[in-house]
Amino acid sequence: MADYAHDPKYASEEQVAYATILDLGWKIGFVLMVIFFGLYVFGVLPAHVSMEQLAQYWVLPADQYLKAVNGPTGWDWVALVHKGDYLNYVGISILAGITVICYAKVLPLFLKNGDKVYTAIMVAEILVLVLAASGILGGGAH
Amino acid sequence: MLGLAGLLIFMATDGFAAESVTTGVATTPWWVWAAALFVTSFLLGIVAVLGGVGGGVLFVPIVGGFFFPFHLDFVRGAGLLVALAGALAAGPGLLKSGMANLRLAMPLALIASASAIVGAMMGLALPTNVVQTSLGVTILGIVALMWSAKKSEQPDVPKADSLSSALEIHGLYFDAAKNQEIDWKVHRTPIGLFMFIIIGIMAGMFGLGAGWANVPVLNLLMGAPLKVSVATSKFMLSIVDTSAAWVYLNKGAVLALIAVPSILGIMLGSLVGVRLLRKANASMVRKVVIGMLLLAGSRALMKGLGY
Repeated sequence: MADYAHDPKYASEEQVAYATILDLGWKIGFVLMVIFFGLYVFGVLPAHVSMEQLAQYWVLPADQYLKAVNGPTGWDWVALVHKGDYLNYVGISILAGITVICYAKVLPLFLKNGDKVYTAIMVAEILVLVLAASGILGGGAH
Repeated sequence: MLGLAGLLIFMATDGFAAESVTTGVATTPWWVWAAALFVTSFLLGIVAVLGGVGGGVLFVPIVGGFFFPFHLDFVRGAGLLVALAGALAAGPGLLKSGMANLRLAMPLALIASASAIVGAMMGLALPTNVVQTSLGVTILGIVALMWSAKKSEQPDVPKADSLSSALEIHGLYFDAAKNQEIDWKVHRTPIGLFMFIIIGIMAGMFGLGAGWANVPVLNLLMGAPLKVSVATSKFMLSIVDTSAAWVYLNKGAVLALIAVPSILGIMLGSLVGVRLLRKANASMVRKVVIGMLLLAGSRALMKGLGY
């Protein structure tokens, strides 16, 4: 895509490595999101919650909506991935997950350079993001 | 033209919303909402670029306040993903050019992303009227900030503080406009870290993105050059909004039919906005954006207070 004018003087090795993974990851996530949304919205795949039901219940808070449509919390949506609406979560999860992969990719470079403080910051960030993604904090209702 | 299109959408969708809310039954076909959301997001994407703000800060109060019948939980979930998608797309170029700085971003993003989880959980746990009222107050605060805050292209940082020195937070970038290399460092890092606790909570709670707060803290408080502040702020959103987005996803507060048209609309609108940037009167557009936020903030406040 874009031809980034980068120079080691301005962007470190770690920064360029991070950017390369991020560039690939967001494009994959974005393309999948568009394709899966097309399959959903044009009715190629059946939805767990019909469009008519959805339009009736989207006025409700998230927890009440989930009860009304028997929707999943946490990672339970994976069991519904064959349904058009929850298939969209795959692309969205890639967009939300790419940052952890970028951190994991760059972490060895900081380790190699003996940068202990930034290694610790990166490990802490990975833990924070994995905790957020795990559903331990996010599952359940209000 | 943009104003007219926006007004038409406002009138049309506000009418639909009133109809749905008053009858309690979804009488408008779902695809009308999806199409209206896409068009609205597209227009917001154009206005956001021309007004120099992130898409999320316009999206949440306007879509959540005026136009659509969606519950605020889903609007905030979509708003976070709108801000996240924009940051992910911009991140690679900003990092490779050296405008965004990883060493500056990482410590601040760690604090802000942990705080954003707390903010997201608070936002989903608090009663809607409380969140709506807080959102209104926050948006009005943003209006005041946008109206009054100055920017410093190259702040004077006489001496880096000891924390930023220990963390080796400094950098060099090439300013094409000036055709020269700019060497920079930062100060007041501990206060900056503290501010990012508050910014993270607000980003997670309201789904606004947080560029409106990141840039003043990085630029005016910590003394990073304006271009580095804007670029690093944009990149940081890709980390901070990620943690909050997971909470919204796990709580079921993300609906594909709301999130995906919003993301596509804003991203396409941003591309058009960039093309219009040269021709537009930026100062006028910024005033329009401030006016829109003033209306949206007032509306959110009134809704939250039950008026």
